[in-house]
Order: sequence, then C-alpha cells, then structure tokens
Amino acid sequence: MSGSGTFLGMPSFPENAEKALQDSQLRFNLRKATHTIRGKRAAVVEELPDWQELRAAGKAIKDDALRNLDRYLLQAEEAITKAGGHVHWASDAAEANEIVTGLIRATGETRVMKVKSMATQEIGLNEALEREGITAYETDLAELIVQLGDDWPSHILVPAIHRNRSEIREIFTEHMAEWGRPAPEGLSDDPRTLADAARLHLRERFLSTKVGVSGANFLIAETGTLVVLESEGNGRMCLTLPETLISVVGIEKVLPTWRDLEVFLQLLPRSSTGERMNPYTSMWTGATEGQEFHLVLLDNGRTKVLADEIGRQALRCIRCSACLNVCPVYERVGGHAYGSVYPGPIGAILTPQLRGMASELDASLPYASSLCGACYDVCPVAIDIPEVLVHLRSKAPHAPAERLGLTAAGWVLDKPVRLERAQRLATRFRGLVPKRRLPGPGAAWTATRDVPAVPEESFRDWWQRTEEGGGR
Amino acid sequence: MSSRDLILARIRSAVAGAPQTDVEEARGYRTSPAPGEESGRVELFAERVRDYRAIVHVVPEEEVADTVARALSGRNAGRLVIPDGLPEEWLGAVPATLERLRDDPPLAAADLDAADGVITGCAAGIAETGTIVLSAGPGQGRRALTLVPDYHLCVVRADQVVPGVPEAISRLDPVRPLTWISGPSATSDIELNRVEGVHGPRTLEVVIAISGPR
Ligand code: SF4
Repeated sequence: MSGSGTFLGMPSFPENAEKALQDSQLRFNLRKATHTIRGKRAAVVEELPDWQELRAAGKAIKDDALRNLDRYLLQAEEAITKAGGHVHWASDAAEANEIVTGLIRATGETRVMKVKSMATQEIGLNEALEREGITAYETDLAELIVQLGDDWPSHILVPAIHRNRSEIREIFTEHMAEWGRPAPEGLSDDPRTLADAARLHLRERFLSTKVGVSGANFLIAETGTLVVLESEGNGRMCLTLPETLISVVGIEKVLPTWRDLEVFLQLLPRSSTGERMNPYTSMWTGATEGQEFHLVLLDNGRTKVLADEIGRQALRCIRCSACLNVCPVYERVGGHAYGSVYPGPIGAILTPQLRGMASELDASLPYASSLCGACYDVCPVAIDIPEVLVHLRSKAPHAPAERLGLTAAGWVLDKPVRLERAQRLATRFRGLVPKRRLPGPGAAWTATRDVPAVPEESFRDWWQRTEEGGGR
Repeated sequence: MSSRDLILARIRSAVAGAPQTDVEEARGYRTSPAPGEESGRVELFAERVRDYRAIVHVVPEEEVADTVARALSGRNAGRLVIPDGLPEEWLGAVPATLERLRDDPPLAAADLDAADGVITGCAAGIAETGTIVLSAGPGQGRRALTLVPDYHLCVVRADQVVPGVPEAISRLDPVRPLTWISGPSATSDIELNRVEGVHGPRTLEVVIAISGPR
C-alpha cells in the first residue's frame, strides 16, 4: 500500500463505482460473500428469541457510554493504571502514530506484529512506522493477503474478498519470500493448503517478535478490561506472546460495565461472521502475565462526530459489517469505491463525518445509497443509517455533491442497460487498455495499485451465454 | 493543554445537554434459562461444541482418565504440556512413557511449539454457544500453553456448564486473563471456505465429565 491509510486524493464515489462495476470477478466474489454471510447471520439471529431486546440493550448501553464518555474514559484509565498498564491519549492520527513509534523505539525493536485493527488502518500506522524504519507484519490471513499483494482491504470482515484462490496462490508464491519464509514449492490453490502455508509463514515470527500491536473491540470502563474477538488465533499470538503490547483503541469503544459484555458477546459474533460465537475471544486487564501494556486512546475526529446530534449514532458502530452484506450498492461496487477503511453503509456515514466533506469523494459518500433501509434492519445497535445519510446530504457542499453524487446510487442500480454497456465497452477496448492501468477518470485511483485485466467476455455476457438468462 | 484534557474537553462540549439513557430499563433480554431448558444443558453444550468440528466425549467422571489416555494414544501424543494444578486423577491411565512438560520454570515458546499437545481444565462452559472459557487458573496455566501446541485436550466438568452468555459473565472474574474458545481456530478468508486450524491448535478435543449416576 503506497498511499496513506485514509486513501486521500481518490476520485469521487461514482467514478470509483463505475470502475468497480466493470470488474466481474470482484462483483462475483462480492455477491457470493455477502449472500453467504447474510444467510448464516439470519439463521443464528433467528435462534435467539430475545434478539430485538438484545439490540435495544446494545443501543442503550452505547448511548449511555457516549453520553458519559469523559467519565468512562477516566474510569478505564484509572483501572488500567492500577493494573500496571499505561494509558496514552492521542487527539489525532499523527499524534497516535508518534506515540506508538516512540513506544516501539523504546523497546529497541524494529519489527512488530499486528492483529487486524481498523483504527490503525484509519491512522495509517503501518506507513508511519515504515517511514521510521519499523516493519509492521500483518498476521490475519486476509490482511496478509492484502499486505503481500500491496493492496487495499475491501470488506471489514473479509478484507481480501475481492481475491479468489488462484490470485491468493499467486500472491503467496510471488511475495512471501520478500516478507519472510517463502511459500512451499508447488503450492496449490486449495484453501486448506493456502491456510497451512500462512501458518508456516507466520509461525516463526509469532514465536520471536517482541512487540505486538492490536486494536480492541471493547474497553470496559468499570474494570479496564480490553476485549478482542477473532477467528484464527493470530490475535491470541499477538496479544499474549510479545513482551510489549500496544493497543490503539478509538474512544468510542468503551462499554460502561463488565456486565455489558453479556449483550455484545451475543450481538457481535452473530451479526458479524454469522456464528454463535467466534473461535477466540481474549480479555485482559492492564499488564498481564509479565507483559508491558500500553493503551493509546484515539480521538481523530470522533469528538466531532459526537457533537452532531443526528450523526453521533454512527459512533455506536461495533464494526460487525452486517450492513455491508445487505447493501445493494456495496454488493455491486465493493469496498474500494468508498475510498476509506470503512466501506459500505457505515463508511458512507462515518467517513464524511470523521474527515469532513471537503473532498469530492467524501462529499459524494452520503449519496452512495438508495436509502432502502436494509442496513438499519440488520444493525445490532440500531443505527438509523438512512437518517444519517439524509442528514449528511443536507450538510454536504451542494454544488459538487449534486453534480457528482446525487446519482451515485442511481448510477449503480440503474441497471441493466448502463451496466451492460459499460462492461461491453470495457471488453471491446480490452486491447487498448494499458496493461493493468485504467485510463481516464479511473487513472488517479489506479495509479497506486494494479487493476485486474479486463476479462475477454464480460460477466453479463458469460452469464447470458451459459445460463440463457435463467435464474439470477 | 495536554491531549488528554483536550479530548475530555471536546467530549464535554459535544455532549452538553444531550439526554441520558436508562440502561437498566433497556435490559429486557434473557439472563436465565427458560424453565425446562436447564435439563438439556450438558447435551446442548456437547452438541454445540461438536458443531464447531471439535471432538467431544461425554463420560461419567470415573471414566475421564481412560478417555484421556485413549485420546492421547490415538494421536501418538508423547510430549504433553501439563499446567500446574491439573487434577492428577485425569492422568491416572496414561502410560509411564508420557513425557510431562511442566511450566515451571516457564517453558519457552519454542518448547511449547515442539510439544504434541496440552491438557487443561477450564473455568466455565457455555451451552448455548458451545464455548469453553479459560481463566489462567489452576489446571489451565498461562494463556500461551493452550495456544502454541497444535492439540488442546480440555476436560469440562458438567457443573461448570452454564446455559448462556449472561450466566458466564456473572461467574467470571474480569481481573483474570480470559480466553473464550469456541471450536478450533478457523478462517473463512479464502473464498469463504471454512478451514479449521490456522494459528491456534488445529485440533480441539473436549471431555465432558458427568458426576453421579447418569
Ligand atoms: S453500522 Fe451497524 S451493521 Fe454496520 S458495521 Fe456498524 S454495527 Fe454493524
């Protein structure tokens, strides 16, 4: 990734969306992913007779946490300090990066291992560390794929969903050696084999790296306990094995009491991966088992969001990604079009508030929706995303937003004619497209990353030919 | 002004005058099992742990030792990490040749990596979600012991199994390091195919011990 974590300087949503629409592999992967997770989520939510009560409680707890955030943060600070941990406060991205860099410097280490954290992506920590000569190794399988492929994540939960197995095999074979243990000879594209390759590649690093960097899903004010949910075990590796642990956590992650976890440990796994519970959850308070522990509390625009009466509900978000998986716009354009680490409906309301709407991209985000309301229905903390979208539209600088944005969702959803034409056109001019770079308006966006080659036959043509348009 | 004071001041001015929420009033969800649910608790736990593709045995207490011995010999596990405070009777039937790795002085990560597996007890089991909770207490050891070895054998006493998440939260001590385990480690990052066993133990085997007459 050569740009900053905030993907600045990207063109507006419609331009990105247009490009994404022409990528049939992406659209195929996305549709498969979102529909699969959607189905799993529905089944496990159905299992709980008190889902709506849990959802109401989740909303109330978060509202209370935000309303009294100053008090809860101080309480957490006191509890963590008492338990031997250190608490740092960062008002913006630059300050957070500076704090983390300083803490790593103090250990004398130049390598750190990371467990997926949206907060550190938001502040561009990896790039900041790189400038200071510190290498940050991503350890989630998906983040590893993204890092090795010099790519951007496209989904909160499955960041590499835009990559299929043969692409992943290629990325592993070509790039693992640059980062450590090379991929085994003759690697196949079987998912089991690919996961084993990742296990081997990272094992030695887990056992020898002395500094870990994480985020957290929750911070309990009452006890100072941090909570991290994960699947693969790389989180546990990063949290427990290093001598020093640094966690960068947005101030809105606070829950007032220990008891509140009984609500969120039911809401989050079921909404997120569609499981009754995720494989691993780690909870720790202060310096644990002889480890040095630092918590960096991050504002970076959150207090600005908090000041907006309607917009502040976005801070209730627990990053489950359920809203992405039901969004008809996200399903068609994917995560990259949103130009931020927060894609989909939540990105459309959070990014313009965190960053302001000065850029064309950010001003166009509130229009990246058809206001169908599916996101609100699935949101485990009942964020009324359509309400916030409409509110932000009223605040967006009007002229450019109208020109670029009003039709953003329409552009995407006004199928099939336009979509078909765009894809056909892209296929027809295949020979003219400079290898793996898009011309015209897409160029600014593609300048920093490779673009998959345009397929010889568009997805739609292929579909019509093989399925005779039957079924969906 | 320090960043701490700056952030706190920003928060205070942002929320000034905003209404308060009554959280207790909003807790309308279940915090104890419905009548009748209680009886099937252990069976539900076993079924839900199996759903994660873990190996599960439900046995009377006096058969734990034999079950443990069979599980270990089935895997050819010759070098086993044994945390302090593990009930000695659970190992009553293992062969004398079993190499017992004690964590005192603490085993290096490389030693854990070279072990064939680890056996532990637990702090609680949760029936509804098929979850085992470890609290680094006696018979469980520090967190790395159940993370680095490729095989985790866990003994759960039936009286440790609670119906749901709220009951578990009320019985756990947040000051202790806690690890909630629901099946072996897994990923769905490659085309959403679930693959068990990435960085944590690739095999989880659970022995549920029933006391008294079944
Ligand atoms: S807005 Fe709601 S549904 Fe979307 S990621 Fe956040 S919590 Fe989940």
